[in-house]
Amino acid sequence: MTTSTLEDTALSVRTENLSVRFGGVPALDRLDLRLAPGKIHGLLGRNGSGKSTLAATLAGFRRPDEGRVLLGSGDIGAAHEPYENAVATSRVCLIRESGDLVGAAPVRRAIDLAASLRPYWDSELAGNLMDRFEIPLNKKVQKLSRGKKSALGVVLGLASRAPLTIFDESYLGMDVPSRTLFYDALLADYAEVPRTIVLSTHLVSEVSAMLEEVVILDNGRLVTQAPVDTLRGRGASIVGPAAAVDEFTSGFTVLAQERLGGTKSTTVLGDLDPALVTRATAAGLEIGPVGLQELFVHLTAPTGVRA
Amino acid sequence: MVFDDRSPIYLQIAEQIKNDIVTGALAEDEQVMSTNQYAAFYRINPATAAKGFAQLVDEGVLYKKRGIGMFVSPNARLLLRTGRQDSFFADVVDPMIREAKAIGVPLKDVVQHIRTYGEA
Repeated sequence: MTTSTLEDTALSVRTENLSVRFGGVPALDRLDLRLAPGKIHGLLGRNGSGKSTLAATLAGFRRPDEGRVLLGSGDIGAAHEPYENAVATSRVCLIRESGDLVGAAPVRRAIDLAASLRPYWDSELAGNLMDRFEIPLNKKVQKLSRGKKSALGVVLGLASRAPLTIFDESYLGMDVPSRTLFYDALLADYAEVPRTIVLSTHLVSEVSAMLEEVVILDNGRLVTQAPVDTLRGRGASIVGPAAAVDEFTSGFTVLAQERLGGTKSTTVLGDLDPALVTRATAAGLEIGPVGLQELFVHLTAPTGVRA
Repeated sequence: MVFDDRSPIYLQIAEQIKNDIVTGALAEDEQVMSTNQYAAFYRINPATAAKGFAQLVDEGVLYKKRGIGMFVSPNARLLLRTGRQDSFFADVVDPMIREAKAIGVPLKDVVQHIRTYGEA
């Protein structure tokens, strides 16, 4: 049981010029990133964008090839590099879909091991979640179904109450009712013990309402980082006669365009103030909002445009 | 309530609470849910809920009682109704007239309908 406050324990994350390469191919390419402590961050990107490599590097599972990761908090101070650093890594919990668990051991042993390694472990929460996810304690880990194995990972991640907890697609193997249970448990426990949480996913629409900040990666690089509500409503679609649409959108960053006969639909990035909207309406153009999921798709499309 | 992904959620929360006040579903001086309850119920980030509530406090729709929670302001309903009355014709009636003209419904039929429906 801990009496520490959020200001003391929640970890902030900073990466400076962080590069990780696999056989010379960059998985992360000079990434400069900051994650504020005590918030729920979404780490969004397509498959192969570098999300998992970033998660593993933050957790100290990998050494950067260039640049560095710095973790800090009130109680351990700033500037801890996680690689081979027990002080930092005991405070970071990374849950991956593979689970990183010993398959031949019974579930009970996996729980006991986590409890012994995790300084902020809450066994009451663990027991409660094991019941709710209906995970059998005496079964061997390798005998669990994919869904139960994912659920076990999620329970270990939540009950560790680590000041930096990263779920790397760890809930993809779970069915919809179990994922819903995970989201509810996460929000309830986060409200009780705020900490820095990173949800790495490409299921944008399913988690977006739970996030406060999003980081979008593509090809190992940062596409954008922003409060999620800033991204909602940041894009707009302009529809109307092609010439009028082109004239109106000439000053904007164009994300996508489609043509159907004389009508054109252009998706742009940028805030449209009321004066602009009035001008567009007067020119016979229709303006519509663009959802976060759609914006994500445009920003990470093969010919994507930087935000 | 399902949130629309295309506009900030905190604004949608504020709108929903305002609607509940205008319709009377939330009474004046009634306590509203805490931000954490609200976040858990609608499965949204607590900071987002808090931002929506803070906006309503700024607008004078809600007020805080320290250590207890948030309540609907005594004059909130009047405030909101006055605001909506100001934009009622531009937001509701004018589009209806435009639609009626576009599809060829005579305005005298519209007036007749309003009389009949309004008195029913």
